Amino acid sequence: MPEAIPKVAVKVTVNGKAHEIDVEPRMLLVEMLRETLDLTGTHVGCDTTYCGACTVLLDGAAVKSCTMFAVQADGAEITTVEGLEKDGQLHPIQKAFGDAFGLQCGYCTPGLMLSTLQLLRKKQHPEEKDIRKAIAGNTCRCTGYQNIFKAMQFAAHNMKGAEGHGD
Amino acid sequence: MYPRAFHYHRASSLQEAVALVSQLGDDAKLLAGGQSLIPLMKLRFANPTHLVDLNFISGTSYIKQSNGSLHFGPLTRHAEIEGSAIASGVPILHDCAAGIADVQVRNRGTIGGSLAEADPSGDWAVVLGTLSTQVRCLGKNGERTFDLKDFIQDAYTTTLAHDELVSEVIIETPAKGSGGAYLAFKRAAPVYPTASAAVQLTMEGDICKDAAVALGCVGLTAIKAKDAEVALRSQPITEKTLSAAAEAARAAADPQSDMRGSADYKRTLVAALVRRAIGIAVRRARGEQIEVSHIYA
Repeated sequence: MPEAIPKVAVKVTVNGKAHEIDVEPRMLLVEMLRETLDLTGTHVGCDTTYCGACTVLLDGAAVKSCTMFAVQADGAEITTVEGLEKDGQLHPIQKAFGDAFGLQCGYCTPGLMLSTLQLLRKKQHPEEKDIRKAIAGNTCRCTGYQNIFKAMQFAAHNMKGAEGHGD
Repeated sequence: MYPRAFHYHRASSLQEAVALVSQLGDDAKLLAGGQSLIPLMKLRFANPTHLVDLNFISGTSYIKQSNGSLHFGPLTRHAEIEGSAIASGVPILHDCAAGIADVQVRNRGTIGGSLAEADPSGDWAVVLGTLSTQVRCLGKNGERTFDLKDFIQDAYTTTLAHDELVSEVIIETPAKGSGGAYLAFKRAAPVYPTASAAVQLTMEGDICKDAAVALGCVGLTAIKAKDAEVALRSQPITEKTLSAAAEAARAAADPQSDMRGSADYKRTLVAALVRRAIGIAVRRARGEQIEVSHIYA
């Protein structure tokens, strides 16, 4: 009989809402988001730290949530794709991805939008090379990236340095 | 993919981490940025029974300047180094920090973890091999300090005891008139480079007074290309010296054929990277601002 592994209490704020959850230490952050909190907008693509489909913001920094244990997020503020929209209004980044046809199947899109948000918080007027670098860790197998590029430029233009939604 | 189940311990100081890992024994591992360890655990190549998390220890992430040296906290993330004005004063450090994997990995991965892992495809050991670098280590019996060249002994093997950790990385600031560049070639951002080259030159007028050349991903550890350094020292940087240094780098490389390319291809690639890095290093030594980083295919 393998010995029982004690669970660990984790306090996290996800999209502004506080949670206290007991997790198995080996539970990955992405699994806690998807399985425990039912926030299935964060996707698991490669599960090997390559594709970036699982990208979320951890205290504002883009991370691959398949490459962190949930216990490591204790005390952190997490933003997932579900946290972008407010009061039924799409975030300017979401709107820009739609307007620019920056997605086809949509599997990589949540991760790409969060990488976009981190970029635009740091650089209000990103150059082409900044955009390329910001999404180098997000793989899209449908679009060839051109429209994602356009979407990110649209988003930068529409946000004009604001966080979106005027906040 | 689930790793094998493990007990989780959160250290509140580096000393406590050392004590914990010492007491828990061989099946305990330290967790820094986790960008290599967690994937290895998910693939069950690494199966620790206990994991001691270093990420909640305060004061372990810093970049300080003192007495002609730069001091890096063991958990300083690549992204922090990328964004640091102090670190960017030594351009080769910025080249490295800004190009490792992708944004997400750079936000988590740490300089101390990278050196302690000693992956033959890692970036930091190559770059720091061209600078005067000391690795401070903390164990049960206190601290000891190694030159980087003595710290990394083989692929995935350092001088660290099981219950010892990297507590600081100290880099001597290169002299004025010195310039460096790091170029790594990779097929896509998140993968390891196929080959990489770091060059640090000290110029006096048109003459190269001192040179350090290191190669990455073409051996079990970073390779110091000593013959390439000899080819550059006390010479003007001409087509002839460039070719001699590139040839010497090709000869010093000891690559394996794998999915990233044949051994011959990697030798040719690393020679070209050395040649290009020398050109950038010379211009930077003259004070030119040039932005370079990892190159994607």
